[in-house]
Amino acid sequence: MKERDFFKAPLFDALKKHLSNRVVPFDVPGHKGGRGNRELTEFLGETCMKCDVNSMKPLDNLCNPEGVIKEAQALAAEAFGAKEAFFIVNGTTAAVQAMIMYAVKPKEKIILPRNVHRSVINALVVGGGIPVYLDTGINEKLGIALGVSAEEVERKIKQNPDAKAVLINNPTYYGICSDIKRISEITKKHNMLLLADEAHGAHFYFGDNLPLSAMAAGVDLSAVSMHKTGGSLTQSSVLLARETVNADYLRQIINLTQTTSASYLLMLSLDLARKNLQQNGKEIFKKTLEFVNYARDEINGLGGYYAFADELIDNKYVFDFDKTKLSVYTRDIGLAGREVYDILRDDYNIQIEFGDIANILAIISAGDRALEIERLISALFEIKRLYSKDKSGMFESEYIVPKVVLPPQQAFYSDKISLKREECAGKICSEFVMCYPPGIPILAPGEEITDKILEYISYAKDKGCQLLGTEDIKADYIKVLKE
Amino acid sequence: MELWYSENHTPNVKFSIKIDKQIVSVQSDFQRIDIFDSFDFGRILTLDGFLMITEKDEFIYHEMITHVPMAVHPNAQNILVIGAGDGGTVRELCKYKCVKSIDLVEIDKKVVEVCKKHFNQTACKLNDKRVKIYYEDGLKFVRNKTDLYDLIIVDSTDPFGPGEGLFTREFYGSCFKALKDDGILVNQHESPYYPQDAKAMQRAHKNIKAVFPLHKVYQAHIPTYPSGHWLFGFASKKYSPYYLNKEKWNKLKIKTGYYNTELHEGAFKLPNYVKELLNG
Repeated sequence: MKERDFFKAPLFDALKKHLSNRVVPFDVPGHKGGRGNRELTEFLGETCMKCDVNSMKPLDNLCNPEGVIKEAQALAAEAFGAKEAFFIVNGTTAAVQAMIMYAVKPKEKIILPRNVHRSVINALVVGGGIPVYLDTGINEKLGIALGVSAEEVERKIKQNPDAKAVLINNPTYYGICSDIKRISEITKKHNMLLLADEAHGAHFYFGDNLPLSAMAAGVDLSAVSMHKTGGSLTQSSVLLARETVNADYLRQIINLTQTTSASYLLMLSLDLARKNLQQNGKEIFKKTLEFVNYARDEINGLGGYYAFADELIDNKYVFDFDKTKLSVYTRDIGLAGREVYDILRDDYNIQIEFGDIANILAIISAGDRALEIERLISALFEIKRLYSKDKSGMFESEYIVPKVVLPPQQAFYSDKISLKREECAGKICSEFVMCYPPGIPILAPGEEITDKILEYISYAKDKGCQLLGTEDIKADYIKVLKE
Repeated sequence: MELWYSENHTPNVKFSIKIDKQIVSVQSDFQRIDIFDSFDFGRILTLDGFLMITEKDEFIYHEMITHVPMAVHPNAQNILVIGAGDGGTVRELCKYKCVKSIDLVEIDKKVVEVCKKHFNQTACKLNDKRVKIYYEDGLKFVRNKTDLYDLIIVDSTDPFGPGEGLFTREFYGSCFKALKDDGILVNQHESPYYPQDAKAMQRAHKNIKAVFPLHKVYQAHIPTYPSGHWLFGFASKKYSPYYLNKEKWNKLKIKTGYYNTELHEGAFKLPNYVKELLNG
């Protein structure tokens, strides 16, 4: 590949050419460049509607790419240091599920930490894989699960030599990274595939002074959420693969569930986001880091809050920390993270990513402006001044290690009954219960419901967390296995 | 040749002033700063194309943002002014002997430099020894201050640019904290007339109301601002704006072109549609 090739954006060029050709559309979408839906066109703009086209000869087809999409994917692969890159338009969820369904067939084992996104365990419900959970470190004070140690990975591999793959978060939602390089050496030694959930790590590939990316560490497959920190449109994502992966089989797996009408708006955004990151990524993430480092120092200077960062590194459960994540521990001012989240939203018109029991997380990017960073800091100061209270009576620790009784798929499809939440202690859960975000299940299908977990769920609900995953939309009832 | 400066007051309403010549055009880190000489309004200053002050009518704005709170507070000594790099507000404050210190916080140093050089009518007191200028973000500055000021004057640009943070609840809350127990906050409060301005005005009022026990709005007629009808916010911990010692203020013999103590009381009497907007 020529040196300057990354300034190209093949899909972008093809779309522009298509628009200028004024092709007569007798195909879907029926809005025909927006003319069939004036109100939407007026709101979104004509260009946007005109780019919303279906696959056709000059624009290629995502299900079986041979033209400009293939070229755009090749440029993306090069940019991420992967052998292959697949554009995904059904969210990173689809990328995560495709790589898991590629790696494990029904009843095969996969080794993974429990603090994964729901999409991971969903893939096991759909695909029938059997999870073997790694012990993650837990930070008692912050109440969050950390990364996994390389030793623990090796131990679990030796205990489960029949497992097919290992999956690692790189990083976790809170920015915590495991020693992915050593873990990749271990999985190679044992002939297992290593998968990375890089939903929160797209920037690792393009910035300086950031944790190691999965591809650079030798990981076999990685699901990268371009739309989270990479600047593409929501729901667009890439799945990366190394030469150890059979790309044609992987494409088949992706096509099992991915739409056959892939959105050109989403794919275009992937093409241009990749180009932008290659051209400007270093600068973008340098600015991001400056913003976050400033905000973190200021917030730590306010007193009461703890904006944590790389001091958490212990070279075991926390090998590295993604400093672009602004995670703030709020429990010392007597407020749950979720309460701070709600006050910021309702009183200060500031929307952050999420609040859990003890922390909040704000996503900072180069798209922010200094004045908005100041607003966030000042609002946190005001919240402390106006609302801080005694912290006694607050829930101590967030992360509860679940007890797995049955594999997720078996539990999900078993005969079940609906019970009032408070009557569920000792039963086996057949569905998910989680706060969203972060979307890490509190309970997954096949896990035993304990008093402590029920207490935690009530507390989270009481503090305003949105619970979901259960058939009962209010999560007052939980479906448990019939005994 | 005809040279016109135009500002869109709404997408469909345009306000234009015929220009004699352009004096300055400079891009700072924050905004574009222009100064023109016009025929009917004298020298004018614009930021990012929005008119800030004109030589002819700036007295109205600066007198009203300053003398209203100064006539109410019995002894305002320590004053914080945020924004106001043109110096007009400081010029009015310097007319009071009781004032001991004025902290001026302007985010854009270039505005002060340009005004010192080309807008002496307003910038004339920026070198007064009571004045200390800080070039930083107003929100950040005030966040770090507690129980310090008798009066805070927020002489900001519109809330659609660098001035955005100065219309927020966190800003007013920080000001509350930075004021003494009997402190007063006065702010540029936008116009009630055109819908977009009115919306900003309502938001600002709602945010002030959430923070200060006493909150009133007063008005002035400023010919070159959108619709000409302009509002100011008067927020206070203790003194009502009607707590006004007319005799004492008039004895100061401060020469004004717009403000007087009768107008002071009248300025708080608002048209019905404005009252409705404020209560809405």
